Amino acid sequence: MTFAIRPLLQDYRQLFRDGLWDNNVVTGQLLALCPLLAVTGTATNGLGLGLATTFVLVASGLLVSLFRGIITPEVRIPVFILLIASLVTLVDLVMNAYLYAMHQALGLFIPLIVTNCAILGRAEAFASRQPVHRAVADGLAMGLGFTLILVVLGAVREIPGQGTLFADARLLLGEGFAWMELTLIPDYRGLLLMILPPGAFLALGFILAGKRVLDARRSARTAPQGATAATP
Amino acid sequence: MTTPTPVSGPHTHAPGGIATDMTWVALALLPATAFGIYLFGWPALNLLLVTVTSALAFEAVCLKLARRPLRPALSDGSALVTGLLLALTLPPWSPWWIGVLGAGFALVVGKHVFGGLGQNLFNPAMLARVALLISFPLEMTTWVIPQPLFTPGAPGFLEGVAITFAGAPVPDALTGATVLGQAQTGLSQDLGLSRSLEGVYDPLHQALGWIPASLGEGSALLLLAGGMVLLARRIIPWEIPLALLGTLALLATAFMLVDPECHAGPGLHLSSGGVLLAAFFIATDPVTSPATRAGRLLFGAGCGLLVFVIRTWGGYPEGIAFAILLMNAMTPLIDHYLRPRTFGRTRRGRPLEPTQTAPDGAGRRP
Repeated sequence: MTFAIRPLLQDYRQLFRDGLWDNNVVTGQLLALCPLLAVTGTATNGLGLGLATTFVLVASGLLVSLFRGIITPEVRIPVFILLIASLVTLVDLVMNAYLYAMHQALGLFIPLIVTNCAILGRAEAFASRQPVHRAVADGLAMGLGFTLILVVLGAVREIPGQGTLFADARLLLGEGFAWMELTLIPDYRGLLLMILPPGAFLALGFILAGKRVLDARRSARTAPQGATAATP
Repeated sequence: MTTPTPVSGPHTHAPGGIATDMTWVALALLPATAFGIYLFGWPALNLLLVTVTSALAFEAVCLKLARRPLRPALSDGSALVTGLLLALTLPPWSPWWIGVLGAGFALVVGKHVFGGLGQNLFNPAMLARVALLISFPLEMTTWVIPQPLFTPGAPGFLEGVAITFAGAPVPDALTGATVLGQAQTGLSQDLGLSRSLEGVYDPLHQALGWIPASLGEGSALLLLAGGMVLLARRIIPWEIPLALLGTLALLATAFMLVDPECHAGPGLHLSSGGVLLAAFFIATDPVTSPATRAGRLLFGAGCGLLVFVIRTWGGYPEGIAFAILLMNAMTPLIDHYLRPRTFGRTRRGRPLEPTQTAPDGAGRRP
């Protein structure tokens, strides 16, 4: 049995490309918007929820893919939910024990990872039909892509909203990361709109529009002749 | 299937267009604007100029980004009217950045994100006002007592520049609560209306606009006159102001009769909080209001009802901006159910017989 490393790496590259950009959970599939809009008041909160979700995505991909031979199609959805819920409970308890302040900040949205449609979506659409290594790689890629958007959206809201970046990062990552907490605008009174829910919708709208502009520019560059590219 | 009989189309041509309408709207606002500037002095003029200029600048930037021609859109006056309306709803001594941020929000998020003039779901000026009110509650509720130009207490030109551009603090002695704010505070402290409004509410001052208020909302009479001009020119439909003011007056009267100590009368409700400005100049925005007569009546009545509900049971003493935005959101639904009659068809959608006089009201203007 030959073990070809090059096609495997290319395969992984494609998976990560999909997860981080082309088929990103948020900007590509428009899934998981509820926790996204709710917790991104600061970049740190986004990072916390993103990492928790990434862990659940990787572990659920692993388990679903492992058991895909013995889960019958009729009961697959309840079984997937059961697996995901067990993992989320694990994350919830661990965060409650070791990252208590972060757990308080994210509140209900940690247990609600169970209902994050991106996770069930990946289990159903990908992990239940793929070998273990691809399912894990896809979970990691999708989770990192989700985290990326969470952190970007958190930063876009936090900087105009309260003039800081990664406020309270030490609550999530420990005292060693106190250097991440930046105060960009000292003595700033804040733009309340960006911290409140409407700010999340506005910022997400601009991020989606921004991705479409970049994609349109890229496709116009790769295919300058022939079909007319949509103007951004 | 019947063979189609050619019927001549409607060839009546209405002269004028967006630019003409916008010019008339601006002209009709002019008396109230000028009076507002007289009452609140140089800072008000500075704020007005900053807001209108930045509205035009943001319009130009958005058009540039969308690669559209600048001249037709800039000269049709729609950005100017948006900036003017926004400025008229701001506290007159606001700092300059309130005007700039508000104009930016109105033009970029309220208008061009949707695709420019005619595409927006919400009235840009009201959207910006609400965004500012939510973001900067302190600045947006600092009302000054009128300091007319060239009177001893009024700020001079340089002081005006300092107030608008350098953030010179507004002395506490010069600020006061709006009548509605006073009423709400009084009610929350279980004072009756007659006691909490003592010395604050004077119907004559209210009608003239001699009250702490937004730049252009004060003078009920001048706003009414401007609205009448627009109605006479048929630039705005009569249904929306009538339904809005009628509903609000009716509700206010009914509740006042039930309990005059807890509910202000129709005179106070109609003359304060920018209701007249909104009823004639903002709710009638043709882009964000329904297309049919019945739809407009419903729209206006909905605005009036919401204003009353927000003022009486809501957290904000003034609610017209929220009311208009909520009804703007209902406009597509209203237009879905109350559609104009298609030309050449009955209201039920059947083709008209060419010779037959229309049975169920067809032939009247939709």
